[in-house]
Amino acid sequence: MPKEKRRRPPMTWTRLKNQVLNVITNPFNMIVFISLVVLFCLIIIPLFTMICNTFQVAKAELRNIPDAQIGDFTLFYWKYLLASPLTAAILWEPMLHSVMIGFFVTIISIPLGSVLAWLMVRSDIPCKKLLSMLIIIPYMIPSWCKALSWLAVFRNSTSGSLGLLTGLGLAVPDWLAYGPVAIICVMVMHYYAFAYIMVSGSLRSINSELEEMGEIQGANKLQILKSITLPLVLPSVLSAAIMTISKSIGSYGVAANLGNRISYYVLATRMKEFINDSPKGVGYAMSIIMIIMACGIIFANQKLVGVRKSYATIGGKGTRSNLMHIGNAKYPLLAFIVIFLFAAMVMPTFVLVMESFQIRTGGGYGLDNLTLYAWIGTLDNAPLESFAYNGIFRNSEFLRALGNTVKLSLIASIITAFCGQFLGYISTRGRGKWYGKAVEQMVFIPYLMPGVAFSAIYFAMFSQPRLGGIIPSLYGTFALILLVSVVKHFPFASRSGSANMMQISVELEEAADIAGAGFWRRIGSIVIPLAKNGFISGFMLVFISIAKELDLIAILMTPSNYTLSFLAFEYSKSLMPQCADAIAIVILLFILICYRIANLFGADVGKSWG
Amino acid sequence: MSRIVLEHIDKFYGDNHVLKDINLVIEDGDFMTLLGPSGCGKTTTLRVVSGLEKPQNGTMTMDERTIINCDEAFYAAPSKRGLNLVFQSYALWPHMTAYENVAFGLKIKHLPKAEIEEKVMSALKVMRIEEYRDRYPNELSGGQQQRVAIARAIATSPKLLLLDEPLSNLDARLRIDMRAELKRLHKETGTTIIYVTHDQVEALTMSTKIALFKQGEISQVDTPLGIYTNPIDLEAADFIGNPRINFIDGMGIFDGKTLRVKSDVGSYEFPLCDMKTSEEYPTNEEFPVVLGVRPEMIELETVRGDHPNTLEAVVYASQPAGSETLISLTAGKAEFLAIQIGLVEYDMNQTVYTVLHPERMNVYNKKTTRLIKYAYAAHKA
Repeated sequence: MPKEKRRRPPMTWTRLKNQVLNVITNPFNMIVFISLVVLFCLIIIPLFTMICNTFQVAKAELRNIPDAQIGDFTLFYWKYLLASPLTAAILWEPMLHSVMIGFFVTIISIPLGSVLAWLMVRSDIPCKKLLSMLIIIPYMIPSWCKALSWLAVFRNSTSGSLGLLTGLGLAVPDWLAYGPVAIICVMVMHYYAFAYIMVSGSLRSINSELEEMGEIQGANKLQILKSITLPLVLPSVLSAAIMTISKSIGSYGVAANLGNRISYYVLATRMKEFINDSPKGVGYAMSIIMIIMACGIIFANQKLVGVRKSYATIGGKGTRSNLMHIGNAKYPLLAFIVIFLFAAMVMPTFVLVMESFQIRTGGGYGLDNLTLYAWIGTLDNAPLESFAYNGIFRNSEFLRALGNTVKLSLIASIITAFCGQFLGYISTRGRGKWYGKAVEQMVFIPYLMPGVAFSAIYFAMFSQPRLGGIIPSLYGTFALILLVSVVKHFPFASRSGSANMMQISVELEEAADIAGAGFWRRIGSIVIPLAKNGFISGFMLVFISIAKELDLIAILMTPSNYTLSFLAFEYSKSLMPQCADAIAIVILLFILICYRIANLFGADVGKSWG
Repeated sequence: MSRIVLEHIDKFYGDNHVLKDINLVIEDGDFMTLLGPSGCGKTTTLRVVSGLEKPQNGTMTMDERTIINCDEAFYAAPSKRGLNLVFQSYALWPHMTAYENVAFGLKIKHLPKAEIEEKVMSALKVMRIEEYRDRYPNELSGGQQQRVAIARAIATSPKLLLLDEPLSNLDARLRIDMRAELKRLHKETGTTIIYVTHDQVEALTMSTKIALFKQGEISQVDTPLGIYTNPIDLEAADFIGNPRINFIDGMGIFDGKTLRVKSDVGSYEFPLCDMKTSEEYPTNEEFPVVLGVRPEMIELETVRGDHPNTLEAVVYASQPAGSETLISLTAGKAEFLAIQIGLVEYDMNQTVYTVLHPERMNVYNKKTTRLIKYAYAAHKA
């Protein structure tokens, strides 16, 4: 069939008027327009501003750069970072550390998580239900809490107060207590659960008929595992690996807690030093490097996995899984899992909890060494002179931080979840149209950036008045922290919004349209009631994620805005870790309770972005 | 009153030309069925009429009122067109009861509560589902959901009712029940209905008119009987009717007054008055034709009758199916199917005598695939 030319009607005034009216009178178009503008202002402009800042002379560097004016073009920061005598110390060494940590975390946690996933989903190992619940608990615990637990066990005299092992008389060397080994161990404890969640999800989606077919063809268990199961889950394993590398390279909290004490720096911690102290431009430049690394890794993921990923979701009615009998191997394996969970979760948590009741850390659990001081004590009756603060419930700093955390999490997650639903609505209803794609892609950008780097962008954008003073300097305000938390969680919220909106058939809305319901009426009577549950579960997951956030807000913190996470981080640096422990326990309980509530609304931990 | 006129409607999805110059007039009170295989543009046409899709070219009027004028980029909002739509998926709002589903459109119009109650209950009563008023859609069976969807569409007393394959999700028995229900509904309310389906039985049994779609174009608009007896081309003939029509190849020659056809099923003469003169075919020159003979139009006897067109044929196989018997026959190289009412026994390879009444035959020009000679449903008067 020959391709016909499309007739274009001549442009007349009525036509133009009607065309304009068609666009303007449709509220959906307005929402799309506003979303595009807002996303552009909140994501593209700040990113661009930060890039500009690395090329412009700032006030602090006036004396370092002769004859320069503020705002002049300069390569000073990039030269400082990439080609100065300091380059090795400030860039290559931290980068090497980051990459090494990312590498080791990945090669340990991915196999660990995958094997656990296989055992839990496909084998007939006993006590599965309980174990599979326990295995994902570490993923709910913020990683900096795990770092505190690690310290509670391994701390040595280098940081003043002693840990459990040192208290028992075992000399813990610095290389074990702090630095790369500690960081890698703590991160593995976090990311194995991530790998577990991804791989077990994909294992569950494999139709067991595929494996049964292999059996009928005469393959033995090992052959089935090797040539059917493994290739099918490989995409999700690969994907988990790449996400783990990317996340562990960009993470700040653990590395700061366990590295800074012995001056072991990674990119994220080094960058924060620069942004908070000396040439900020260098810090911005470093965050650009981090963003490029993260983007590169994630795009590699899409290149590697992209097309093949699709077959991991081949489902079918094979929900009835025929379990693999692993025979006598199951008891040693069970013992291994139990010991692993004990060492990775139960023991450290126990030590953390107990430490919060101790007078002298590492001083044993005798009654004479136990106190409720860290919880409710006041300085007048402090058992030790070195105690610097009241117990947390008598401590105004704690109460303020608690208030800040609740306020921040609540407001930010409501805004985020709400925007997420709208963005999801736009990207599902605009599927295949230019604005749907534009929204989807812009929303995705914050996902590419490590939390610290992302907050660096906002720091660069809002640490000075903008638009000739219309937007005042937001540094040190709650508003800025709120803004960062909201925008950083856009990708997750809009993805859960999209998933939610996909379930609401367009026809339901069209039926209302024909019945005469306008756009807002449709949203109010049809979309919102149907999206409610998805909205609540999305809201809870964002809420939890913001409540435990440390990386994202570390750069922007000023004392009046401390959140619980940051306060615990600050206290853990002092001589009195008991209070930090107590705060960590408060957050832990808080988060577990929230997850429980979220679960009631059908939220899935596996869908959160921990 | 509602007379709908579509003129020169074009619809593109990107470069994909899905509706090509659609022209259609739907008279007030018509039950117009848009019939065709999937992907032929019938649902798109329905959505254009409803206002859910905007065409790029053309106009549409309802009772002389302009609804669509693409040249002026004018499109009346769906709710301003006085119509309602039943979706293939029913699109019942899962968070509302049957009653609330039906009442929604009336509430939007801010009718007084008593009036809403009255209208909803009468719509539910027409569809015979009053007792399910407080159930949610997932507590209703497929057939009941269907009834709620129709009740929702008729509660607002639309001037035009659009139905998009409403029966395709029902099982065979329910479908027959609902067909009768819809036909009564049309008679009782007198509403103009546009009905989309790919099921020719639905189209033939319910409509007052059928528009036959083919790759984004309307190939034929006629009454069900008209479409059935005189499908416009070979494709349409093949699509309409079950079991399908017999096609028998032959050679024809037209001398200006009579079309003479020779084939394996005999020689026939067709007078000029039965010919479709607007079609293209050569004169005084032999050209290939296809005879179209409906299986139920074939007379079958075991003894030779005295009809001049009696043809001897051999039974290839016979398939008794209770209410009817299908008999496959061969004559020369031609194979064709005949239907007889009730259980009739024939032996394999038995010789039978058939009459293929020439006045009941369609003749198609093989080259253009178009109809060139009309058939009559019964004996010519």
